[in-house]
Amino acid sequence: MDLGLNEEQEMLRKSAREFLSKECPKKLVRELDESDTGFSRDLWKKMAELGWIGLPFPEKFGGNGGTLFDLIVLLDEMGYNIVPGPFFSTVVLSGFTLLEAGSDEQKQSYLSKICSGEMVMTFALTELDGTYLPKSIETAAKNKGNHYVLNGTKLFVPDANIADFMLVAARTKSSSNPEEGISIFLVDAKSPGVRVTLLKTLGRDKLCEVVFEDVKVPEKSLVGKLDSGWPIIKSILRKATVAKCAEMVGGAQASLDMAVNYAKERVQFNRPIGSFQAIQHYCANMVTDVDGSRFITYKAAWTESEGLPSDMEVSMAKAWTSEAYKRVAVLAHQIFGAIGFTMDHDMHLYFRRAKAGELAYGDADFHREIVAAQLGL
Amino acid sequence: MDFRFSEAEKRFRAEVEEFILQEMPPGYAEKDLYWPGGYGAIGEFEVRDPAVEKFREKMGERGWLTMAWPKEYGGGGHSFIEQAIFFERISYHGAPGMDVSALISGPTILRFGSEELKREWIPRIVKGNLKFWLAYSEPNAGSDLAAIQTKATIDGDDLVVNGQKIWSSGAHVSDCGWMVARTDMSAPPYKGTALFIVDNKTPGITIRPIVNINGFHSFNEVFFDNVRVPRKNVVGDMNMGFYYLMVALDFERLVISMGSFRRRFEDLLKYAHNTRRNGKLLCEDVRVRSKLAQLATEIEIAYLLYYKTAWMMDNNLFPNIEASEIKLITTLLSRKLADAGMEIMGQQSQLWPGSRHAPIRGRFAVGYLDSISAVIGAGTSEIQRNILAQRGLGLKRA
Ligand SMILES: Cc1cc2nc3c(=O)[nH]c(=O)nc-3n(C[C@H](O)[C@H](O)[C@H](O)COP(=O)(O)OP(=O)(O)OC[C@H]3O[C@@H](n4cnc5c(N)ncnc54)[C@H](O)[C@@H]3O)c2cc1C
Repeated sequence: MDLGLNEEQEMLRKSAREFLSKECPKKLVRELDESDTGFSRDLWKKMAELGWIGLPFPEKFGGNGGTLFDLIVLLDEMGYNIVPGPFFSTVVLSGFTLLEAGSDEQKQSYLSKICSGEMVMTFALTELDGTYLPKSIETAAKNKGNHYVLNGTKLFVPDANIADFMLVAARTKSSSNPEEGISIFLVDAKSPGVRVTLLKTLGRDKLCEVVFEDVKVPEKSLVGKLDSGWPIIKSILRKATVAKCAEMVGGAQASLDMAVNYAKERVQFNRPIGSFQAIQHYCANMVTDVDGSRFITYKAAWTESEGLPSDMEVSMAKAWTSEAYKRVAVLAHQIFGAIGFTMDHDMHLYFRRAKAGELAYGDADFHREIVAAQLGL
Repeated sequence: MDFRFSEAEKRFRAEVEEFILQEMPPGYAEKDLYWPGGYGAIGEFEVRDPAVEKFREKMGERGWLTMAWPKEYGGGGHSFIEQAIFFERISYHGAPGMDVSALISGPTILRFGSEELKREWIPRIVKGNLKFWLAYSEPNAGSDLAAIQTKATIDGDDLVVNGQKIWSSGAHVSDCGWMVARTDMSAPPYKGTALFIVDNKTPGITIRPIVNINGFHSFNEVFFDNVRVPRKNVVGDMNMGFYYLMVALDFERLVISMGSFRRRFEDLLKYAHNTRRNGKLLCEDVRVRSKLAQLATEIEIAYLLYYKTAWMMDNNLFPNIEASEIKLITTLLSRKLADAGMEIMGQQSQLWPGSRHAPIRGRFAVGYLDSISAVIGAGTSEIQRNILAQRGLGLKRA
């Protein structure tokens, strides 16, 4: 066993902390949260130059040749600082899909552009009910000879408002088994008939509604095999889930650090509030939640990164982290009192993301059900 | 024991109900984003709305703003149970019009104020044409109100006030501050603090907005620069304000918008009845059922405590401990309701008001943010627990 990070991962963590605190200060986070794009090209370019966008992808496609686990270390730091923008949708949702299912040509032309920072991509998966079940995919792609025609509505698509291309999960065949007959297409976001509307959300995280109305997609845009998209989506969802956990762990850590620092400084009744046992116990509960979440997330990430069966670990991580981050953020707010309830304070940036993170890729109930099934129940 | 309403109470409830449905400003409840227990999304803290003023005055005409006060001061001579019924219905329907002046300041003035103070302020409070804001907290005095630094120096017939207040909800849309300041810094706070009323229009007052995390301008910082307040505005004895403040805080903890909890819960029930997910109605899903049953139970307990406090007041018992219990329970419930509601609604729940797909008008998303305020404002949960343990159970201070 080796339960520590290796030297490069430690370096990555340290340099990410330094880089982000300098290049992505909370002032920028706020601006991006409040903007309609949520996107800083300048920051994006710098992250590409650092090799972050291509971190887990092979060198022959312009990547850095790292692993999913390396990416998790980085995402932990990105969650700590909060980095608005399409990193998650481009790297995790899209990059891995292309890597796993794309043709060589698709990888050469698209994955390499992702790695270089030239292309922003997202995955349009969920629909009106917002669930991650194959049944809910109703957007249809009809074969018309040398092209397909897409019709349907996707909801909660991250960063579609700025994406150059979108991967779209669509039904190409109706079947009694909802997992059958789903295919993935790579769609130019500027195609006629694609309509993107930014949704206003609690997390201010640039989720969009995307309507496809008679959108023509060439046959060569199919990613992976026809009708067999679901296993790919499942694999991407596992990675996205554990990646989201990593971001959430980072955010929980930041909430804890901020609250503990404040508890040491804020004086009421002639003593630091951190000297009250009630506050100490809150801090103790928070650190326990943060450490537990980080460990189970890293275990899940390692398992998935090694290519081992990881359904159970990934779902345990998301079930636990969804609730743990929420608990931590609530306690941190409690420690801040009224000052934390102001727009100018940083705490709500985390509180919002804790809730948005919980809702993304299945909440605790959803994942506990998977754990139960994995237990043979 | 008898947990039913009497016939008279039922009649009164029906009368209140009819009044609200007839007189409430049209569209108000749909538009207002108030969240049960919260302080951060109350429309009345943000803007002064003539329709709301009119509605409050209509309640005033019936004596309902101060219904449990003695008749000689313009009260309605109603029982506290009836008053609780009234507030429950008002908050159930999302009606506006409640104010610090009638809920907190009035009862404190009646208890400790001079005849002159009562004659000047009580009739206006009864009529409902005054709005007060609470001028207690300061940057370094939140939970620890004894640490306030704002000074009130006696100068002839006036107090001269210097200092700063913060978190002053709705100060910018109010007429007067209900304020505490130190009269004698060398004395301990409970012997050197005054409680008084200050008119917002007095020269030397500067009000600056603070936006809360819901994006509402509910908070303010208020600066006092040689502000002259007539001594006749002081409640009771000049230096005994801290003691009166503690009683005013007890009144504040009893202000619970009980009906709003039930109303939002009913929204959720309806949603669960009408929404299918994965081919099944949500109300058939055991996890959803369990969450709703849990909420229903907690709301029931809160309701019982709510009526218990009113019943105690009718029987000349002051519900000191119960006030902290109900503050603690309902403010925690404020968050549980928002959180469980969002879990039940899933991804849709994060949609903000105005979004086409937002269920229940996006109220639960706003409520989730706002529920942070419930457990902090009017005395944090930790302070309520301290009161319960120390005042209530006689445990020693650490
Ligand atoms: C939405 C909202 C509206 C408000 N409106 C008004 C208003 O209109 N007028 C007004 O005057 N004030 C108002 N307040 C202020 C409110 O009364 C204070 O926020 C509250 O009393 C807590 O003070 P604080 O924020 O300074 O937190 P602090 O007192 O600094 O507390 C920070 C943390 O330390 C804990 N703590 C403090 N002392 C102890 C202790 N002895 N034991 C254990 N834990 C302790 C607290 O519980 C909290 O968790 C409002 C607050 C909010 C959030």
